[in-house]
Amino acid sequence: MASFSKCYAIKKNDFIKAGDASIKIKNLLKSTDIDPAIIRRVAVCGYEGEINVAMHGGNGKICIDIGENQITIKIDDDGPGIEDIDLAMKKGFSTATDKWREMGFGAGMGLPNMFKNADKFNIESEKGNGTHITMEFSLKGNI
Amino acid sequence: MKISEIVDILDADLLTDVSSMDNEIEKCGSSDLMSDILAGQSEKSLLITGLLTIQAIRTAIIAGIGGVVFVRGKEPAKEIIEMANDADIPLLRTRYSMFVTSGRLHNAGMTGLDGQR
Ligand SMILES: Nc1ncnc2c1ncn2[C@@H]1O[C@H](COP(=O)(O)OP(=O)(O)OP(=O)(O)O)[C@@H](O)[C@H]1O
Ligand SMILES: [Mg+2]
Repeated sequence: MASFSKCYAIKKNDFIKAGDASIKIKNLLKSTDIDPAIIRRVAVCGYEGEINVAMHGGNGKICIDIGENQITIKIDDDGPGIEDIDLAMKKGFSTATDKWREMGFGAGMGLPNMFKNADKFNIESEKGNGTHITMEFSLKGNI
Repeated sequence: MKISEIVDILDADLLTDVSSMDNEIEKCGSSDLMSDILAGQSEKSLLITGLLTIQAIRTAIIAGIGGVVFVRGKEPAKEIIEMANDADIPLLRTRYSMFVTSGRLHNAGMTGLDGQR
């Protein structure tokens, strides 16, 4: 398969639209012959990341690149950044507001889910410089 | 277990169109936490929830959920039903609580997401 890339915008605090890009990405991948188990992992990571941008981050974007040997998802936002990444990665740690908790978020499981589901996970963030996540999913032997 | 059997066990209303009535569902998860649903082996499972939000349906789509039951007789908004129809995910509404809903399905042979009874 030839390499393919696409980006989608994510808006701060947009509860209604957040997650829609990951649904589009899932539908796009379903039209290929990529293993459904990999598609689910990509979709889960994209969705968790997208919601995090809307809920904690700022404005940003999610990009998918489908290469011959791997899928790459990049999620960037211009929000407040994460002061203590090790703490943010811990299961159960959350700074979600009551508004988002009422809607089913704030379990403190999103980043651990992403880490678990991606073959490679990289997060770069510091206070004032936004949050930048890159995840890779190997396609070797699956395409 | 087919969706039609689940409808009977829960005296439920089917809120979506009938195209996925033949989905076979063997396992269930009850949760109002989106990340919980996404972290579990929730593919092709039945999601029992009290949360009637657009994000609950998006989570179901992303997780590959086979059907969703809304408990305590809550009526979802039209766009939620539309989104489920587009994704071909059956939506059910039961008057029972999350506890009673889970108990009835367990009694009928359903397992948890990890296969435990
Ligand atoms: N893009 C981001 N910008 C700023 N802070 C973030 C971002 N993503 C995550 N965080 C911080 O890391 C914490 C943990 O994130 P994680 O996704 O694991 O949990 P959560 O979003 O709070 O809850 P859940 O994902 O279970 O709904 C967040 O509560 C927040 O403090
Ligand atoms: Mg999160």
